[in-house]
Amino acid sequence: MKVLASRPELCVACGACEESCAMAFFKVPERDRSAIRISVSPERADPLIAFCDQCGECIAVCPTQALYRAKNGIIRLRRQDCTGCLACVGFCPTLVMYVHPDDTVPFKCIACGVCVKECPADALFLMEVDVPEPVTELTRSIRFKTGEGTHGS
Amino acid sequence: MAVDVEKMKAMRAAHRVLAEYAYEPSPLDRGYAGRTLYINLTDNTIESRPVTEQMKEIFVGGRGFGLWRLWNAVTGKTRWNDPENEIVISSGPLGGTTNFPGSGKSLCVSLSPLTQSVVDSNVGGYFGPLLKFAGWDAIEVQGKAARDVIVFIDGNSGRITIEEAPGASTDSYPVGEEVVAMFADSEGERRDVSSVSAGTGADHALFGCLNFSWYDVRRGRVRLKQAGRGGIGTVLRDKKIKALVVKKSGIDSQSNVPDDRSRVEKVGAKMHRELHDLDHLQCHMRTVGTAHLVEIMNDYDLLPTHNFKYGCHPDAKNIFSDYYLRTFSQHTVDGCWYGCTMACSKGIDNFVLRSGPYRGQTVTVDGPEYETLAGCGSNLGVFDPHWVAEYNYYCDTYGLDTISFGTAMAFVMECYEAGVLNAEITGGLELHFGNAAAAAELLHQTARGEGFGLIFGQGIRRMKQIFAEQYGADPQFLQDIGMEAKGLEYSEYITKESLAMQGGYGLALKGPQHDEAWLIFMDMVNNQIPTFKDKAEALHYFPMWRTWFGLNGLCKVIWNDVEPEENALTPEPAKVPEHVDNYVEFFSGVTGREVTKSDLIVMSERVYNFQRVFNLRMGFGRREHDAIPYRSVGPVTVEEYESRAERYDKQLREKLGLNPETMTTDEKRAALRRFREAEYQRLADAVYERRGWTPDGVPTMAKLRELGIDFPDVVAVVAPYQDGC
Repeated sequence: MKVLASRPELCVACGACEESCAMAFFKVPERDRSAIRISVSPERADPLIAFCDQCGECIAVCPTQALYRAKNGIIRLRRQDCTGCLACVGFCPTLVMYVHPDDTVPFKCIACGVCVKECPADALFLMEVDVPEPVTELTRSIRFKTGEGTHGS
Repeated sequence: MAVDVEKMKAMRAAHRVLAEYAYEPSPLDRGYAGRTLYINLTDNTIESRPVTEQMKEIFVGGRGFGLWRLWNAVTGKTRWNDPENEIVISSGPLGGTTNFPGSGKSLCVSLSPLTQSVVDSNVGGYFGPLLKFAGWDAIEVQGKAARDVIVFIDGNSGRITIEEAPGASTDSYPVGEEVVAMFADSEGERRDVSSVSAGTGADHALFGCLNFSWYDVRRGRVRLKQAGRGGIGTVLRDKKIKALVVKKSGIDSQSNVPDDRSRVEKVGAKMHRELHDLDHLQCHMRTVGTAHLVEIMNDYDLLPTHNFKYGCHPDAKNIFSDYYLRTFSQHTVDGCWYGCTMACSKGIDNFVLRSGPYRGQTVTVDGPEYETLAGCGSNLGVFDPHWVAEYNYYCDTYGLDTISFGTAMAFVMECYEAGVLNAEITGGLELHFGNAAAAAELLHQTARGEGFGLIFGQGIRRMKQIFAEQYGADPQFLQDIGMEAKGLEYSEYITKESLAMQGGYGLALKGPQHDEAWLIFMDMVNNQIPTFKDKAEALHYFPMWRTWFGLNGLCKVIWNDVEPEENALTPEPAKVPEHVDNYVEFFSGVTGREVTKSDLIVMSERVYNFQRVFNLRMGFGRREHDAIPYRSVGPVTVEEYESRAERYDKQLREKLGLNPETMTTDEKRAALRRFREAEYQRLADAVYERRGWTPDGVPTMAKLRELGIDFPDVVAVVAPYQDGC
């Protein structure tokens, strides 16, 4: 399968990817509608480029199976099945499932490649990877110990 | 347990429709549908009743609405099986929210067959939220049908029917699947259908539970959650209801029409993340649910063992949560409402039953949860995890409460060991502790309404009377070891070393259930509430705080079964202050009413005091009704004293200035008992005062006025009991 990949050392943080993403899916050039987000910090040499790597943890927490892995390996959302619970937003390991305050339904990168074409610095590209194994709670919960926490059922 | 969809459709088409009602399913307004549904099965009335602003202000929703509707439906003379009794089910204004975890609860209110007074029981599953989104803040069902019926509320088309349902099953797993097949018009609609049912056990026993269903899209089957306490399932079957069914499609985070969705979303997303980051380091609710408590309770000598005689057992390790970690199917989305990322509704798939009418069949068990593991495991001396899950499955499908079943079975087993019962009386069942097969057979007899099962199904309070009157047992011994108060069986914690928790159980409105207060660690382990005043404050704050969840359609585990990383550093960690702030934001975000933390407590105080008055109206609700069995306070028997002699001797020395070396065990036991029973009464004094009640435990007129619930019929109930205030 093909996923989005990046070379942060080439990124100039111009925001062209964010704008093109938001335009492609929401017809507005607003960063909070973009599925790719660039951030710069004085503590880091290179910009941070955040987007979905199609790991599948969100599929595992979706109560209605609105999130699914499509034939091409990319994780997609059936809007009509989404209850807007945002479990996927909270459980995304890299916090790249987004929701806009005006919408109930979240969105994420589907590796369409629009941003790759718009990037003036060649910092983005599509990369071939193996489809990840399905995620379960056990693979997340590495440690199992007892004796902590409180009660109230 | 697969059902033939076409056959079910044909069965439904053949139903005789007794009554039909059309309505407009209009959008909600900030958490409220603005009307409740009234159904009378005696004369097949279906009508809409308005929700007034006063109802919202005083009673909020959920348990508050249930109590108010029931109050107006019955008198002080109404008994549980009179047609006037109702079952009222209501979620609450925050119920059905998808983007804050733990927001799918329903609250059930009725007159209880066990306590003869008003009872409330909370439950997950989809029914309450779907009912509200179908246009109804509550359903109240009164009257009794002549023959078995299904009530169907179609929130998509706006049509309600009462239908005779002679062919439908009574037991909850089959009927739950059948109604999905009957009423879902497509595969995608299956999760839009939810039912409330009981079972054949509830036909015969007084501790029947209600099962609320949710359709699990991954397993492709109906899952069940239980409103277990107080016998409301028995009331459901007394009304000849096979199922209450609701259907509503298209649910999302806007369905509740919150005043400001983004306020809710903000705190909801924070909770999702907290569960993501911390659950696997704290309570493991996402992998084993409340089963994680078994080993903790065993470690602290708090796990009920052999009818609450002891608090731990070497074999308890067999039912520790590591077993269930391997046995629960880790499907990850075990939330009983959308968006509950606590996901504690665990299940065992591919479970092959060993006994009973479904022996040999492969089923999914919903659970076991902690209360079932303790009540149906250690408390019976049954440490085979398969049998515990088997009792769990059968109790659920028969519509029996696993807590009352377990505690009543533990009582019967101790009676058997003590010679109060014998094989002649039990019809050959040798009910020793640990005889798992005999306990299973008694469960099946109860569901069939046969043999000793008929007596067992009466619950502990009535069994005590029967054993004394018919078998010559010592009534005092039965009173001491029978773990019931107000007629309700205890839930599963040892309280002997925590006076505050003795009050948590004994001073609870409906009977000894842990949902009002769980203070053992604060009291016994961490010694955070050493004085009577401290304990009384905790027995004011926590019951009020926990009541608030039941007014709003919320689950309490999200509040304190995960805690922010810095929680321990806050001044009052037991309150989990950051989470309380979340709820302030959640409530205001949905209803548009700006509230503070203390406002939430006042909301609960109104309903809590109203319920205490309701108890009084039914002939209870005073100090004498808050009495508890001595087994919950201290050692009843010599062997029980001697098993923890060091602990008890120390108390005699330090608190009473006695020298245990010079006393017999019987003398020591008696001295300890006098002391501990007096302590409980002193605790009641302090708690009544803190709650604004008379020394007899009745809300004062001043308190009722302060809370704005001094309605004339409320005042009339309390007026004769105002002495001493």
